[in-house]
Amino acid sequence: MDAFIQLLNGFSIAIAPMNLAFAAIGVLLGTAVGVLPGIGPALTVALLLPATFKLDPGGSLIMFAGIYYGGMYGGSTTAILLNTPGEAASVVTALEGNQMARKGRGGPALATAAIGSFVAALIATIGLAFLAPILVKLAVKFGPWDYFGLMLIAFVTVSATFGSSPLRGLTSLGIGLWLGLIGIDQLTGQTRLAFGVPNLFDGIEVTTLAVGLFAIGEALHVASRHMYAPEKPIPIKGSIWMTRADWARSWKPWLRGAAFGFPIGALPAGGAEIPTFLSYTTERKLAKHPEEFGHGAIEGVAGPEAANNASAAGSLVPLLTLGLPTSATAAVMLAGFQQYNIQPGPLLFVQHADLVWGLIASLFIANVMLLVLNLPMVGLWVQLLKIPLPWLYAGILVFATMGTIAANPSVVELLLLSGFGLLGFLMRRYDYPVAPVIVGLILGPMADSQLRRALQMSLGDPMVLLQHPGSAAMIAIAVIALVAPFVFKGLARFRQDED
Amino acid sequence: MVNLPGHSGLHRPTAIIGIGLIAVAAVTWFDARGMSIRASYGVGADAASYFVAAFLAVLGLAHLVTALRPGIVADEADWGAVAWIGLALGGLVGSIWLGLGFILGSTLLFAFTARAFGRRALVADLVIGGLISTGVFLMFNKLLQLALPAGPLERLF
Repeated sequence: MDAFIQLLNGFSIAIAPMNLAFAAIGVLLGTAVGVLPGIGPALTVALLLPATFKLDPGGSLIMFAGIYYGGMYGGSTTAILLNTPGEAASVVTALEGNQMARKGRGGPALATAAIGSFVAALIATIGLAFLAPILVKLAVKFGPWDYFGLMLIAFVTVSATFGSSPLRGLTSLGIGLWLGLIGIDQLTGQTRLAFGVPNLFDGIEVTTLAVGLFAIGEALHVASRHMYAPEKPIPIKGSIWMTRADWARSWKPWLRGAAFGFPIGALPAGGAEIPTFLSYTTERKLAKHPEEFGHGAIEGVAGPEAANNASAAGSLVPLLTLGLPTSATAAVMLAGFQQYNIQPGPLLFVQHADLVWGLIASLFIANVMLLVLNLPMVGLWVQLLKIPLPWLYAGILVFATMGTIAANPSVVELLLLSGFGLLGFLMRRYDYPVAPVIVGLILGPMADSQLRRALQMSLGDPMVLLQHPGSAAMIAIAVIALVAPFVFKGLARFRQDED
Repeated sequence: MVNLPGHSGLHRPTAIIGIGLIAVAAVTWFDARGMSIRASYGVGADAASYFVAAFLAVLGLAHLVTALRPGIVADEADWGAVAWIGLALGGLVGSIWLGLGFILGSTLLFAFTARAFGRRALVADLVIGGLISTGVFLMFNKLLQLALPAGPLERLF
């Protein structure tokens, strides 16, 4: 019941009028940016980070929570009405949701996505509130070797679950790890790969990387492929409300989606794609009318959207309790925490208990606000989809570079941003996943220092990693997860040869 | 992006990426060799550099091996559009570099990016870009008290 009291305390902070206002601004900003085509939640958070620079940590983290949920919601609106999912996890939503919209059922599709997201995020946030203190108790016993094992798992799963082949995913991770080397090493003061450029001494900013890869990379990619033929959002006809039949068909997929999403998001395994696809195939199997799938089945929107949101809230569990980001969005959120010198991890719950529980309570509030603000305002968000693409992308680039200039007005930083844009363009062009670069940049230096701390404590004996059962088990899991795709690929080819 | 059947020989993009990865690995390795600060116990700051260098080298070699098989063929690209965005970013960087300020830089960025996406009304876009950048500048400097780089235009406010 300790968690319950803490949570009530959190609500007493979050309910303060100023904090409520921050949450509302966050939700509105997050939705407005997230609804723009090609902008996923990670970029939404990265773009809006500068807007929170001058606020106090509590207020800005609460605004963050709103931006995060708003961005997720905005992404699903784009997926349904424009068939351009902003992130891999909304691909499934686009599949059925866009078909529903084409049949004039865009309203109910948006409604089931919004209410499903609400239900799932509610369940997942309750899960977060009760799981986090337990994990924190476990995590304070973690040694550096255990953290190192955990990070190895995160590396492997992040790069193997994203992208079309393990080689491409690992290459993206390698680029991220390499970028993570740049700067002054925190343990020894040794400079790595800075080539005497003072701007590089502090390392690469996660937000600069994320904005370059996502915003500028995407703009270059879209422009280069002449994809600017005006794509019109499908107008919402009829009622936006769900019928009784829609409710009856939606509530079970919501709950099942949440049940898939939360545990997979909460494990340091990354990737909201897996639960959304799992939910989609499960709903297709369980549906009374499986033939409707592919032609606009409401279950195919309700389940995956719930799974997506539950997994997003779930990924806050490793982020807050272990300081371990397992998705691009979580990595950018971590950068936001670090902007205030707040290091998520078990100590966060002790040192900044007010802050962390205020944040968790704000997640509940942001969730409610999303539902009351966004469903009635859906017409307004649809208007945003009608901005002509040349102006839209020109505006996105102005805001993207402005964020970088506001954070660090230097030519070197802008050149880095442009360079990352080019990198993001080439990675999209040759089908390399972008998210592992960001996770590699932020987790690489963390894994490096945890390993070195472990080796310092063992006086340089590497066996320390295998002598502790926790780290030994986690390293074994990481190795298996790394090798398995190659082995199974080999097996699959072997079977093909037999035919 | 399609797999081209019957395409033989070296898949050039994959081979180039492989060589690039090996080159980065070499740079990282030389950088690590020049490190002077040693740790008293365990491994120093150079260990991670050596590890990443080795990792990138292995990935590079794997790319070279993969390049022997047919790979994806990227879509036709409109390099003109890419160049316009390059010019747009160049306009911003140049403007900050020369101390001409945020508004001018962002105006150029806006207008040239719109041109990259097929707009042909450069003057109109320059005006729109100018209005947006001025609005953003005023909002950030007056409301959020974040200092964006000022040039001759910004000093008028």
